[in-house]
Amino acid sequence: MKHLIPEFEKWKRRFPAGYESSLVMPCVRRIQEDRGYVADSDIDGLVEYLGVSRMQIEEVLSFYTQFRRKPIGRWHVQCCRNVSCSMLSAEKLIDHLAKKLGVAPGQTTADGRFTLSTVECLGSCGTAPVVVVNDTYHENMSVAKVDVLLEGLK
Amino acid sequence: MPGRQLIMNFPVTATSHALADYRARGGYQALPKALAMPPQDVTKEVTASGLLGHGGAAFPVGRKWQVIKLNDNQPHFLCANADEGEPGTFKDRWILEHAPHLLVESMVITSYALQVRHAFVYIRGEFDLPYRRLAGAIEEAYAEGLLGENILGTGFACDINVIRGAGSYVCGEASGLLASVEGKRGYPRNRPPRLTVKGLFQRPTVVNNVETLSNVAGIITHGVEAFRQVGLPKCPGTQLVSISGHIEKPGVYEVEYGYPLQKFLYDDCGGILGGKKLKCIIPGGISTKVLTAAECEPLTYDKESLESAGSSLGSGGMIVIAEGTCMVRLLQVMLRFYHHESCGQCTPCREGMGWLHRIIDRIVGGQGRPEDLDRMIAISKLNDGTTICGMGDAAGYATVGILAKYRDEFEYWIEHKRSRLDGNLEAIAHA
Ligand SMILES: Cc1cc2nc3c(=O)[nH]c(=O)nc-3n(C[C@H](O)[C@H](O)[C@H](O)COP(=O)(O)O)c2cc1C
Ligand code: SF4
Ligand code: FES
Repeated sequence: MKHLIPEFEKWKRRFPAGYESSLVMPCVRRIQEDRGYVADSDIDGLVEYLGVSRMQIEEVLSFYTQFRRKPIGRWHVQCCRNVSCSMLSAEKLIDHLAKKLGVAPGQTTADGRFTLSTVECLGSCGTAPVVVVNDTYHENMSVAKVDVLLEGLK
Repeated sequence: MPGRQLIMNFPVTATSHALADYRARGGYQALPKALAMPPQDVTKEVTASGLLGHGGAAFPVGRKWQVIKLNDNQPHFLCANADEGEPGTFKDRWILEHAPHLLVESMVITSYALQVRHAFVYIRGEFDLPYRRLAGAIEEAYAEGLLGENILGTGFACDINVIRGAGSYVCGEASGLLASVEGKRGYPRNRPPRLTVKGLFQRPTVVNNVETLSNVAGIITHGVEAFRQVGLPKCPGTQLVSISGHIEKPGVYEVEYGYPLQKFLYDDCGGILGGKKLKCIIPGGISTKVLTAAECEPLTYDKESLESAGSSLGSGGMIVIAEGTCMVRLLQVMLRFYHHESCGQCTPCREGMGWLHRIIDRIVGGQGRPEDLDRMIAISKLNDGTTICGMGDAAGYATVGILAKYRDEFEYWIEHKRSRLDGNLEAIAHA
């Protein structure tokens, strides 16, 4: 994470001095974007840089579902399964994705290309059902559209 | 259009989120006006407007702001709640994507009113475009001297930082949100002390929803009277309603309080999907009580009317459910969610959500017992008022609401070991 410190330093200028722990969430997120997950050495680096306890970082990492300690597939395919999406056939979509990728939700394909997850409401219920790949929302999905989408992910 | 508009009152184009467009439609006129007033007068205006919170509890904004003492020699904080986690809700996203400067301008005004030097926006981690639009607007504002040191040459200084969440529903709860901004687990905490007394880093803090704050600039520009002319005397203004589910034209609509609900559903939103009949609606996110089609008929869209029918405005996330939808499966989806999202601090919520989820799974699995329904109601009521945050209560209300109105569907499933409605959640077959 050391190479990210100049970026963190820039953020710091706008943060209230003396309340450095409000940088924990942004820093952890940036580290994960950079490496794909958060490694032990990143935690060491953050403890030193922000002056917060190792316990605090570990607690944060285990509490939030989006943070991870291990790498996942190149494409993280996340399908919403909350109320509005389920009412517009999300369950069929999840079954289709699982069959097509040959993995159950929570698993990664053997070639490391895809990780399939089910997620809760994504704040996009008006364009349900919704599939998010890495950071990008794909709205008004259908089985046919999912097939086209997967084709494009190499 | 469902009544007059205060927020969605411009056409969305490829550049309507940008500073130049916002200025061209009258933006950033409120800021110099507010900065020329004594800060407490800004709070007075907002209090007099009668603006209610749009995050779920409809709490009067002025009452919250008035608690902040301006000369108490300690920092104050402001946090805009952009967590938008309540299932069925996607309206703050509209503001972030299309009118981010409305939020930024309103937050600088609010910061001035409350003498806040550092304000935050806590935005859910999944929101990518909304985040980029907001971050872009903030940079534009800094570049033009609308944020940072010496704003518009008045000497007032304010920074806005955006904190992105990482997938946790309880971080939408105001105290959980502040814990997350502090870089900790998003555990809600007991009150008192109120957040306006001891909030972020133990300092007086105001947390308001994005839509709530976005009304502030307009109140300052056009005045209290103009704002109060829209909506109803006890419930002035508008609500951004996110409507989804079995509806022909889902999306975000700005609804003037007092607008007839039927007219909204059938005229503005095109009626029920596929011309089906309405079974019920969940008016304001899944934590609000379900209203049957018959109950909806006489209602208008405002606090008093929805509350008279035993429900509430909630977050404005309206879910429309067509006839033929299986309420047992619907409740199963909801309980899985609450179980997953319980942060585990309070025994009635942590254990209760697990029990409710297991019982409903058992019913759906054909192993339900006749006494299960009363047990579910008893577990739901255990949460009432015994938990730290509103989630325990909300999950209980939602469960009791559905069981009270659709008990026959649950009894049928328990007796026949299958759904009377084929376990169907979809009104029309989807490809
Ligand atoms: C479990 C839970 C989740 C919540 N999620 C949100 C949310 O995503 N967005 C929001 O604005 N308020 C949410 N709230 C309400 C906040 O606690 C708080 O009341 C609100 O942000 C205050 O803003 P307002 O007065 O402007 O409505 C949630 C409350 C609870 C109990
Ligand atoms: S009610 Fe539930 S979600 Fe809220 S603090 Fe208690 S355990 Fe956590
Ligand atoms: S229910 Fe899927 S985005 Fe809201």
